[in-house]
Amino acid sequence: MKPCAFQLYTPSTLEDALEALWELTEEGRSVKVLAGGQSLIPVLNMRLATPDVLIDLNELDSDLNFISPDTNHIKIGALTRHYQLETSPLISKNVPIITEAERLIGHVAIRSRGTLGGSLAHADPSAELPLVASLLNARMTLQSKHATRTIPAAEFFLAYLMTSMEPTEILTEITIPTLPGRSGQSIQEFALRHGDFAIAVAGAQVTMDEDGCISDARLTLGGVGGTPLDMSASLAPLVGSRPLPEDIERLMKEICQDLEPDGDIHADSAYRKDLAITLSTRALVDGLQKVKDS
Amino acid sequence: MLDVLGQPVKRHEDDRLIRGKGQYTDDIRLPGMVYAHMVRSPHAHAKIKAIDIKAAQALPGVLAVFVGDDLKDSVGMIPTAWIPPNADMKMTPHPALAYDTVRYVGDGVAVVIAEDPYTASDAADLVRVTYAPLEAMTHPRDAMGPDKPLVHQEISDNVAFHWSVGENLDEVFASSEVVVRQEFRQQRLIPSAMEPRSAVAQYNAATEELTLWATTQNPHIHRFLMSGILGIPEHKLRVVAIDVGGGFGSKIACYPDEVVVAYASRALGRPVKWTETRQENFIATSHGRDHVHEVELAGTRDGDIKAIRVKAFSNLGAYLSTAAPGVPTILFGLVVNGAYKIPQASVDVYGVVTHTTPVDAYRGAGRPEATYLIERMVDLYARKLAMDPVQVRRRNLIPKESFPYTNPMGLEYDSGNYQGTLDKALQLVDYPQFRREQEALRKQGKYIGIGFSTYVEMCGLGPSEVAGAVGFQGGLWESATVRVHPTGKVTVFTGASPHGQGEETTFAQIVSHELGIPVEDIEVVHGDTARIAMGWGTYGSRSTVVGGAALHNATQKIIAKATKIAAHKLEVSELDVTFEAGQFRVAGVPDRGMSFANVALDAYLAWSLPEGVEPALEETAFYNPKNFTYPFGAHVAIVSVDATTGDVELMRYIAVDDVGNIINPMIVEGQIHGGLVQGIGQALYEGAEFDDQGQLVTGSFLDYAMPKARFFPRFETDHTVTPSPHNPLGVKGVGETGAIASTPAVVNAVLDALAPFGIRDLNMPLTSKKVWTAIQERGGI
Repeated sequence: MKPCAFQLYTPSTLEDALEALWELTEEGRSVKVLAGGQSLIPVLNMRLATPDVLIDLNELDSDLNFISPDTNHIKIGALTRHYQLETSPLISKNVPIITEAERLIGHVAIRSRGTLGGSLAHADPSAELPLVASLLNARMTLQSKHATRTIPAAEFFLAYLMTSMEPTEILTEITIPTLPGRSGQSIQEFALRHGDFAIAVAGAQVTMDEDGCISDARLTLGGVGGTPLDMSASLAPLVGSRPLPEDIERLMKEICQDLEPDGDIHADSAYRKDLAITLSTRALVDGLQKVKDS
Repeated sequence: MLDVLGQPVKRHEDDRLIRGKGQYTDDIRLPGMVYAHMVRSPHAHAKIKAIDIKAAQALPGVLAVFVGDDLKDSVGMIPTAWIPPNADMKMTPHPALAYDTVRYVGDGVAVVIAEDPYTASDAADLVRVTYAPLEAMTHPRDAMGPDKPLVHQEISDNVAFHWSVGENLDEVFASSEVVVRQEFRQQRLIPSAMEPRSAVAQYNAATEELTLWATTQNPHIHRFLMSGILGIPEHKLRVVAIDVGGGFGSKIACYPDEVVVAYASRALGRPVKWTETRQENFIATSHGRDHVHEVELAGTRDGDIKAIRVKAFSNLGAYLSTAAPGVPTILFGLVVNGAYKIPQASVDVYGVVTHTTPVDAYRGAGRPEATYLIERMVDLYARKLAMDPVQVRRRNLIPKESFPYTNPMGLEYDSGNYQGTLDKALQLVDYPQFRREQEALRKQGKYIGIGFSTYVEMCGLGPSEVAGAVGFQGGLWESATVRVHPTGKVTVFTGASPHGQGEETTFAQIVSHELGIPVEDIEVVHGDTARIAMGWGTYGSRSTVVGGAALHNATQKIIAKATKIAAHKLEVSELDVTFEAGQFRVAGVPDRGMSFANVALDAYLAWSLPEGVEPALEETAFYNPKNFTYPFGAHVAIVSVDATTGDVELMRYIAVDDVGNIINPMIVEGQIHGGLVQGIGQALYEGAEFDDQGQLVTGSFLDYAMPKARFFPRFETDHTVTPSPHNPLGVKGVGETGAIASTPAVVNAVLDALAPFGIRDLNMPLTSKKVWTAIQERGGI
């Protein structure tokens, strides 16, 4: 077998899963929680991770697979599959950036199995859904046997592949704000090949006031740091203005100046940084265009 | 009955392959079968200090752990089967398991045999090898020299051979009006067949026979070489290649893993299976290309090319793989003039060993490297003269009336109409309109480019006399047996060993056409040394050219014998019998005749056969080609480059090929498409990279960018037909054309798009990072 031997636990209720996670962790055993397995299984197969136990959540659909609207928010179960998000009319109407993001994720086989919760918990800084969660400051519900807490994305992503989840916690639900009025969202990505991990990715949301001036603008960058980078605070100069694309590009050059992305064989630091400027400009321009078009 | 020759008959083999009913080596289950897992070196170069196998042996389910010392006195070294003449070639002793020094990441040091593959894999992790790491060399030119870390102590400068062809051209270059110089890097590629390698060995102690099922393109070559390595006589050794899921050259070589399972089966008296993982495939299956070329072209100011001179440094990896030395020499150096009437050429090749995975044939094998350099040089020459690249090609292409044409290395190009394919391609693309559009877009800061490749390929390997003259340690003829059964159904036994190209269908079409029986009545058997007398396998686009010709000849012998029998039965002279559409008839008496099936029955009953005619209806032919075949064509790529990100998009691809007569246009089309995606993959995406320590940093599909279907536009293909004059079927071979032609077409297109930035050349693959960086270095947009 490609992975090392491990025990497989397949709970049929969330309570059982939380109980098992708590007990096994207390016993000092190394445990991994398996959702869609699109990152975990390759890591196991390459024996980069050798857990004692896998807790498989795939029988918890009735608890953790849902998309339900709420006032100004949508609650999404952690076990919701990519393809469900990709094809949900509720999502495309209320959080269109998720629909766009899903089309950039892997390919059909990956999207039919991979989950929202799995992608967020894996916390790859170049992945699309952590970027979207960060951009919209989604709230993560983390449950353990003894407690439930909800934290914003900003407090969830700590570093490269690292979150603030405790070893006894499972990410169960994500609450995402719906698109405000007179707003547009856009995600722009650059990858070596479509479906690959992004070299750089930018997500933006812009809101206009009744006069056509920007009243709020948000921007998050992926692939250029250890976590998705929230650049929204630097967009203040745009608020109250009607910027042209070249104005936006000028500002992006300014705010991306201090980025220090790591290089690898596919993209060195300078190239990543330049892509960040291009993609964030394109995301903001596209977001604005969408408001105008609507 | 419809004559199926030239028809797009659906592939007979696809029904089982698409439905998952194919039978691959890894599908084999034998009673008592056990499983092997290799322990491979994590170092590119190291001394083996100690191997501790105790913990692995102690794991329940483990039958044995073997190391290099166990094998070294029982099995021989893995040989190299191509020794280019006058090249002072030195052998690279290649043990099945390393016992003293490891020479690349992936070199086998031990094997674990266990009751199940999971235990074997777990136990392999428990084998403790102590290494003393040494400095590694990965680049061919850098590795040359006496002061470099040596790959083999026997080779004092890491140069395994130095091969040259052509004359001294110093004076020609010194007096030339125009000289263009350029260095090219043919990056290393990883063949990545869909099916990884696998081998199953079963030794029968009672009969002393060994059966080896293996993922090979050439089971008879395997039997020949394995017999020597294992010390098992050929008549006691059977090699079987059942369905093979692609190879692209990477399944030609005789591999250590196959020797190891054979040894283990004999030692343990159990059948042993080994199947590599995809990760092992990246490091332990042969790679392709990896050359550095220093090229000079001499020409006139008017655009006539006078000479080409090449110095090539070929990276062969740690050991000389089975066919490896022939690839950068014979298959490369003899065709550097391409499709052009260049009067003089000279080629110098240094075959260099390094601490990397062995390099062997990969789709095209030598000819893509040659085609790339000449097609790029023609563009660079045109640019230097400020001439149109199409115009320079037209001036220099070998004219139609010059065939057969002898190139400066003495090869005789069989037939061609090179201008014809170029004309057709230009019509498809509307060249003048493209140039106008390009000019207009440049003014808007948008960059599109067009690239040409007017290639010729030497394939259909080949005349056995030539094989001997160029040092190939085998013949290159092919065999075919046509067995007509008493009911008139036919089984064909071919020595060609298709591994996905569709000869089960095309060969049936040839027989159907010639005997006038339906394709459904013909079965094509291949890939088993116990069923097929002899054959040399599949590579060099030879299966249909050489194997198909052998089949034609065998079928003609069947018709000759059957005609005699029919004449006897019809009580007329043989000369009065005609054979058409499966019917023997008496000339001039249309209602007197008999069917092919009735003649077959008579042949087997043998109640009344003509004088001197033996019973039964079975014939074998051995066909030794008179020459290579030379398919050719004109390919055009159109790209768009996003100067902001460096992203290259392939917008159109036009391929006009002439592969001689076509037996099945659908299969030909498929072969061209497959070749194109591999060639375009090399141009834009694929490239194996090693770090300074010799670690493969592109060791998975995450980092090794194999292209996906959606990267490609709809290929626009067309043909002209210039039959090969010396091949009985008039066919020329098509398996490699796409991979040979497309790489320079795409690179020429990208560099045409980047011309306004003054970018003259870039090393492949032309990734967005490289394009972006080049634009930045020249001041950006």
